[in-house]
Amino acid sequence: MLRRTLITAAVAIALAPAASFAQDRFITVASTTSTMDSGLFGHILPIFEGKTGIKVRVVAQGTGQALDTGRRGDADVLFVHARAQELKFVEEGYSTKRLPVMYNDFVVVGPKADPAGVGGTKDVAAAFKAIAEKKIPFVSRGDKSGTHLAEVALWKVAGLDLAAVRGEWYREVGQGMGAALNTAGAMGAYTLSDRATWIAFKNKGELTISVEGDKRLFNQYGVMLVNPAKFPSVKAADGQAFVDWLVSKEGQDAIAGYKIQGQQLFFPNAGDPNA
Amino acid sequence: MNGADVPTTILRSLAGFADPAFLGIVLLSLKVTLSAVGLAGLVGFPLGAALALGRFPGRGLVIVVVNAFMGLPPVVAGLAVFLLLSRSGPFGGLGLLFTPGAMMVAQFVLVLPIIVALTRQTIEDLWIEYRDQLTSMGADRLRAIPTLLWDARFSLVTTLLAGLGRASAEVGAILIVGGNIAGFTRTMTTAIALETSKGDLPLALGLGAVLMTLTFTINGLAFSVSRLGARYAG
Repeated sequence: MLRRTLITAAVAIALAPAASFAQDRFITVASTTSTMDSGLFGHILPIFEGKTGIKVRVVAQGTGQALDTGRRGDADVLFVHARAQELKFVEEGYSTKRLPVMYNDFVVVGPKADPAGVGGTKDVAAAFKAIAEKKIPFVSRGDKSGTHLAEVALWKVAGLDLAAVRGEWYREVGQGMGAALNTAGAMGAYTLSDRATWIAFKNKGELTISVEGDKRLFNQYGVMLVNPAKFPSVKAADGQAFVDWLVSKEGQDAIAGYKIQGQQLFFPNAGDPNA
Repeated sequence: MNGADVPTTILRSLAGFADPAFLGIVLLSLKVTLSAVGLAGLVGFPLGAALALGRFPGRGLVIVVVNAFMGLPPVVAGLAVFLLLSRSGPFGGLGLLFTPGAMMVAQFVLVLPIIVALTRQTIEDLWIEYRDQLTSMGADRLRAIPTLLWDARFSLVTTLLAGLGRASAEVGAILIVGGNIAGFTRTMTTAIALETSKGDLPLALGLGAVLMTLTFTINGLAFSVSRLGARYAG
């Protein structure tokens, strides 16, 4: 008797959850850690979901991994920040159109003590050069995220061959922005961060902004519907509805309305044809 | 992080049980973990017992493989399940990736070897002890399986708890196959990972305390139940 009860209970426990995961209307969006960690999605998604009834499931990955998720057909929409890679994604036929959505900028974050002596400068190339020459610890995302790609490009802008100059001071963590900031804080290192994650980050400790305001620190976000012709499983209509909403006036206003301590984190620019 | 505010935050997190979003995370963690362990038990107990009593060529190798898989890194299990369930993989048509179902599958894969290996050991020891009695009663090896499993039920609770410990502490596999989607596949451990990456270390620590409290409670309950059961069953 007891045995039967136990077995029935085990079966019930095993099978109950499978039945209760009801499938309502939803889309899957692969996006970046910056949009998640900064809290942007927590602000704009309820507005979209309330209006359309379409639930948005966000998987936050680095841009490289998010693009890969799209290439496998595991997401309906991509919302990332690496323009060249996005255009390549479209060129390969995985999406038919990439639309600019918003921008913010990167900042170089470093210890308040400023061992590289770059604090307050606007010239990111000079700052990178100083860090490399003095071999001050620098934390790199090292995960092919949009921020990592931007960082790699900035070493080139600084006229440095990263492969040649890198040494023990250059530390790849292979993790998200928040984890990289935690690491930089703990080891007194510099790192490149998008401004939104930096503002929302709660463990700043001895870290502060060292370099900001350089035009080359511009950070553009784009959105793409994964091509339903490649993957029939893509929810084309609902995914397109989300893309359209992001670039609509309502979506752009929602993005502009997201603020932390009075600071706007992302700046809508869907109307800019060159973005 | 200010050291003084850690206890306050932990208390706040404990009080946060009332918050529906937080409650959802706790319930999902329990659902995924308990069902993965439950299923692994249903499959693993008979399999472990059969492995203990069965005699077939290559049995030694199977035992070594099962024992080795107890050390399967969660992130490897997660990656394997991810590739299988991806739209580009063999089971992509199920649409399971980035759902709680995928997380269950991954944890089932992680827990099953533990249950099979520990059951095999327990039943083999019992068999050595009772072999003469059981064979004299006319039971052959395979017929003895249900009897032995039933006799070992209190030891097997510990086996389940070992599996439960593995599943509830795990973050590598469910992060890959679940995607840590807010309100859908976010569990205690993935929430802790997320809060850590946001730099909210006190909150992450608080969530950790809640998870430990839950684990403690489950283990306490299991201990009491098997104690009571053992006394009741004589």
